[in-house]
Amino acid sequence: MSVEAKELVTEKAQTIDPSLLLLVQDLRVWFELRRFGFGHAGYVHAVDGVSFDLGHAEAIAVVGESGCGKSSLMKTILALYKPTKGEIIFEGKKHSEMDAKDIKWYRSQVGYVQQDPYGALAPFMSIKKILEEPLVIGGIKSKEEREQRVRKVMEEVKLHPVEDYWDKYPHMLSGGQQQRVVIARAMILEPKLLVADEPVSMLDASVRVEILKLFRGLQQKHNLSVIYITHDLATVSYFSERIFVMYAGRIAEKARVDPLLQNPLHPYTHALLQGTSDPDARNALSFKEVPPGEPPSLITPPPGCRFHPRCAKMIKGLCEVEEPPEYEPEPGHFVSCWLYKE
Amino acid sequence: MTETKLLHIEKLTLYFNSRGGDVQAVDGVDFDLDYNRAVVILGESGCGKSSLAKAILRLLPRNVSKYSGKVMLEGSDTMALDDEEYRLNVRWVGMSMVPQAAMNALNPVLRVGDQVAEPAMIHLGVNKEKALIQARSMFQHVGVPEGFINRYAFELSGGMRQRVAIAMALVTSPNLIILDEPTSALDVLTQANIFNVLKRTKKELGTSYILITHDIATSSELADDVAVMYAGQIVEFADAPRFFAEPLHPYAKALMASVPTLRGKKVLDFIEGQPPSLINLPQRCRFAPRCHSRFDKCEQDPPTIEKDGRKVKCWLYS
Repeated sequence: MSVEAKELVTEKAQTIDPSLLLLVQDLRVWFELRRFGFGHAGYVHAVDGVSFDLGHAEAIAVVGESGCGKSSLMKTILALYKPTKGEIIFEGKKHSEMDAKDIKWYRSQVGYVQQDPYGALAPFMSIKKILEEPLVIGGIKSKEEREQRVRKVMEEVKLHPVEDYWDKYPHMLSGGQQQRVVIARAMILEPKLLVADEPVSMLDASVRVEILKLFRGLQQKHNLSVIYITHDLATVSYFSERIFVMYAGRIAEKARVDPLLQNPLHPYTHALLQGTSDPDARNALSFKEVPPGEPPSLITPPPGCRFHPRCAKMIKGLCEVEEPPEYEPEPGHFVSCWLYKE
Repeated sequence: MTETKLLHIEKLTLYFNSRGGDVQAVDGVDFDLDYNRAVVILGESGCGKSSLAKAILRLLPRNVSKYSGKVMLEGSDTMALDDEEYRLNVRWVGMSMVPQAAMNALNPVLRVGDQVAEPAMIHLGVNKEKALIQARSMFQHVGVPEGFINRYAFELSGGMRQRVAIAMALVTSPNLIILDEPTSALDVLTQANIFNVLKRTKKELGTSYILITHDIATSSELADDVAVMYAGQIVEFADAPRFFAEPLHPYAKALMASVPTLRGKKVLDFIEGQPPSLINLPQRCRFAPRCHSRFDKCEQDPPTIEKDGRKVKCWLYS
C-alpha cells in the first residue's frame, strides 16, 4: 500500500464506517455520442446518480429491466469503465486515486461471474488452464501451489473428482458445470467481493437452484460480499439481504428483501412485482396490470421523476418537474418518490 | 370417435441421424388439444420440446431418420398429405407458429406491415391491399400502434417486435398457434404484456395454443393443460389447476420444487444428475436414475396410466 493510500485510509476512517467494504457515491456513467465520428451529439446517461454502500459478507441484488444501467454500474464497479462523476471507494481506497498497481490489487480483490458461462470460457483452454490463469497473473510462481489451489477451488464448487474435469475443455461440460468453472475462476484469488451478472439466467430451472445454493453457501462460508445483478425478482429472496431496484439509470428503491417484497413503496417496484408470476393456475383467469409505455431513452431522459410518464400515481406539477429526493418512510427502506413527501 | 378435437396426436416420433446413432428427440408422444384451449409443454433444454413443435408442423431438418405417428388436425390426417398439399392446406392456414427468438427473425429490409401481410397473400390468396387491411387489424389486436405498419424491424423495441411476430402468426386466422419460448428474451413487464395479448387473443378469436417453454412460473399465465416432457417423452399430462397444485410424476414434482416463488417462502430443491443423452436410450423409465422413489419395477418401461383424467407415465400409479 502506498503512503498516500495509507493516509487516505486514516483520513477516511473518520467518515467511513469500518464495516463497509464498498461505498458508491453519486456515481454517474455517461457515454458520449458522436456524430460522424466527431462532433458531440449528447450523452447516454447509463448510470445517473447512484449511491449505496455494501457491508462485509453482505449480498445485495440490483434488479432492473434491460437498459436500466445495471450492467454499466457493474462494469464501473469492476473498474472497467471510468465514472464520469462520483466516486467508488473500496476499503477506504478511492477508485480515482488508484494507480496501475492498485488496480491490479483491486482486481484480485473483486471476482466477476459472467452471465453466459460458455461465452466466458476460452474454448481452447482446458479447465485447469482456465483456473490457473488468474494465479499466474497474480504472480504465484510455484506450480505445485497453483495446482493445489486449483484443486481446492474445484472441490469447493463441487467439480469432483477433480481429475475427471481439469483436462476437459469447456464444450465438454454441461451448462451447470460450466457455470461452476466460472464461479471457481472468480473465487480462486480469494476475493472479498464478487460481482455476479445474471449468473443463472442461462440455466434450466433445476440446475438454477443448484447453482444458487452453491453460490449462497460459498458466500456464507467465505464471508464474501456479493453484488448480484438480475432481472428476476423471484430468485432474489433466496440470494440476497438487500434489494436495489433500478430504473432508467437511478435507484428507485432500496430496502431489505422482506420489506421490499411485502410492502413495495415505489410504483415501479409495485409494477415489477405484479408482473412476476408464481406458478398458479389462477393466473390464466386474469389479466396483469402493466404500466403503459416503455422505459425512457437514456439520451434524453424525462425531466423530474423518470418513471412519471408511465406512473398511475403521478402528481401533476411535481413529478414531471422536480426530481424526487430519497425518502425513508420506514427505517432502512429508502424510496425516491414524491408520494412519500410526509 | 365422439367429437373431433382440434388436434389429436398419436405416437408422434421424430428421430435424427447422428454419428453415435439415432437421436430420439420425440419418442411416441400422444396428446389431444381442444378448441380454444392452451396446452403448455414444459421441459428442460434438450428434452425434445422444440423438436415436438417441428414434428407437429412438419418443419423438418435434413437429417431426419424416422418421422412417424399421427397428427390429426380438425379430424383430417395431415400425415397423409404430401409436402405441397401440407404447405397449402395446413401450414399457416390450419396452424401457425411463432418460432423461438422470432423477434430477431424479422427481415430487416422489409417493412413490418408487409411481412405480416405476406402469409395472408400467399396462403389465403388475397391481394396486397386486403392483406394489409388484415395486417392492420392484427396490429391493433396485439397492441402495436397502427402507424408502425410502415416501420422497419430495427425501429421497434424487443417487445414490439415480438408482438409483430405474433400478429404474423395470427393474420391467416389459424385455429392453432404453436409458440416456442415466446417471451424468454424479454423483460418482466414486457413479458406480462405479451401474455396479456395472448390471453386476449384466445378470448376474442378463440385461438388454441401450444406453448413450449421452460419457464414454469410464467407458463401458468396461459395454461389450461400442462404436459411435462422428459427425454423425448411426455411423462405427465394434466389440467393446470390440479397440476400446479400437486403434480404426480416424480420428475414434475422435482421440477416444481425447483421454481423460486415471490410470494410465500418455499424451500427450493434441485434434481441431482443430468438428463440422459437421447442416443441409445435404455428400455426402462428414463427418469429412474435420478428418481428418489424408484423401485424394482422402474427397470421396465412404464405405461401411461390414466388417473382421474390425468395421464402419468410412472409405475407408482399402476
